[in-house]
Amino acid sequence: MQSRNWKEFLITRMIKVSGYSAIIFVVMIFIFLLREGSATIIEVPLKTLFSTRWYPIEGYFGILPLICGSIIVTIGATLIAVPLGVCCAIFIAEIAPRWVREILKPLVELLAGLPSVMLGFLGILVIAPAVRQILNVPTGLTAFTGAILLAGMAIPTIVSVAEDSLDSVPRTYRDAALAMGATKWQTIWRVTLPAARSGVLTAVMLGVGRAIGETMTVMMVTGNAPVMPTGLGSLFRPVRTMTATIAAEMGEVANGSVHYHTLFFIGIVLFVISLLINLVAARIVFRQQKRAERILS
Amino acid sequence: MTDSASTPSKAKPRNTKRRNLIQRLGYAGLILAAIITVTPIILIVVYIYSRGLPAISLEFLTAMPKDGMRAGGIFPAIVGTFWLTIGTGVIAVPLGVGAAIYLSEYAPDNRWTRTIRIAIINLAGIPSVVYGLFGLGLFVLFLHFGTSILAGSLTLAIMTIPVIISTSEEALRAVPNSFRVVSISVGGTRWQTIRRVVLPQALPGILTGVILGLERAAGETAPILFTVAAFFLPRLPSSIFDATMALPYHLFVISTQVPGMPVKIQYGTAVVLLTFVLGMNSVATVIRSRARARRQW
Repeated sequence: MQSRNWKEFLITRMIKVSGYSAIIFVVMIFIFLLREGSATIIEVPLKTLFSTRWYPIEGYFGILPLICGSIIVTIGATLIAVPLGVCCAIFIAEIAPRWVREILKPLVELLAGLPSVMLGFLGILVIAPAVRQILNVPTGLTAFTGAILLAGMAIPTIVSVAEDSLDSVPRTYRDAALAMGATKWQTIWRVTLPAARSGVLTAVMLGVGRAIGETMTVMMVTGNAPVMPTGLGSLFRPVRTMTATIAAEMGEVANGSVHYHTLFFIGIVLFVISLLINLVAARIVFRQQKRAERILS
Repeated sequence: MTDSASTPSKAKPRNTKRRNLIQRLGYAGLILAAIITVTPIILIVVYIYSRGLPAISLEFLTAMPKDGMRAGGIFPAIVGTFWLTIGTGVIAVPLGVGAAIYLSEYAPDNRWTRTIRIAIINLAGIPSVVYGLFGLGLFVLFLHFGTSILAGSLTLAIMTIPVIISTSEEALRAVPNSFRVVSISVGGTRWQTIRRVVLPQALPGILTGVILGLERAAGETAPILFTVAAFFLPRLPSSIFDATMALPYHLFVISTQVPGMPVKIQYGTAVVLLTFVLGMNSVATVIRSRARARRQW
């Protein structure tokens, strides 16, 4: 009996430690990014860092074109992925018959599992030439091409989170609306969707987070030119994102050089962006849970 | 008050007609969105197989690459991805499942538990290339593991853990509370209850989550760019401190870095990677649907 108590104690401890590991990992990631990247602030004058020229070989470390590149590709992807993803989620959750749902859900899940490098590969061989021909631009490797593929990567996240939240709207809401003579469409549009809005919002945010952090696909299909976007036309020209810059250049820099530190600094920027997006998303989720508890009790 | 509610009853027939028309248009839109979302997924799979299958031969799967990767096989990349997936699983499964057990069976509802959940949401959202930077900073440089299978597996594991935690926790929570109550009331300790009653019931769900998590790890490129991946290494790794080739990275290399690469080999590599992913995906789907059919509650 004594030994069993010990064993139980030990196992409980181990489980508790693994429970807390997630916090440890987040903190460690931040510490190591800071450790390698914070030197940038001293080595590179802020004026240079926030200039519009990224040309590390000659000491130009302006990260603005990279940030703008990330933003423009992400906006493009969001514009494509949000309507498609949310509509797809509504279709799956509200109107698709059971057998259609059983086909659609695994397919969307499969899209989430497709390696990003494979989408990039298809992007180079299939989508980029198509974009070049259809839009009649000099090269198919543009922000727009990246946005199309990124939309594909963000859609599974949006669909599954939005569908979950639509699913969790109590049946009674719909029944009440239908009983008052609303059509099914009116019920979806005026009752179910508003009731699930915070979940749908979370879905959109997580989708955006996914898009801004994607690396391989954008590196392969956006042409990697670190130029400052000047307007809507930039969507159809090559850009370079923060993620692609890290991935493409980290292999070639000397450890401890200014360039190396700056790439880590870009990592910090990405980390902070994803932290902000996810903190807001988490807040919405928790608030929603609390509200659900209040309604049910 | 909305229009439909305040409209006098004599206008009703026309209104109903309009409402039905709107509903039909809305449904059409939703169905269209679902079709636009799902069709490319099927097309991608069919296209890659139709272009790549002719490249597959025994030699392609079991030989070393030759002639600057323009001929021969991709055996070392297959082996590398296999070991990386195993390594990731060995590290991520105990930690992830442990954390899930903690959250579902032990964790009190307090601020620390909420912090853990927020940390998990954040871990899931951190861009994959930032994981790569972290792995480079901590495992490769700080702990002196070098670019090795060990460093890569650890990096991929930390990235996979949030997926495993959230799916496993869901599976554990789905086990009805009465199961636990019965076990405790016949004298089982908390851990015995978990080990003998809750875990076996939740096993299929946990397994599904583990496989889906590993599937994603197997297809990732950005985290292994600076932690394991060798551009060209025509031999098999002999220990966990060796660098290795890996399928996704190999596909990236041969589709962007090697001029004059035969398209056939590119598609062949894509087919092998896709088969890897599809195989794991279908195993997960089968486990889940079987468990659902056999569920006792």
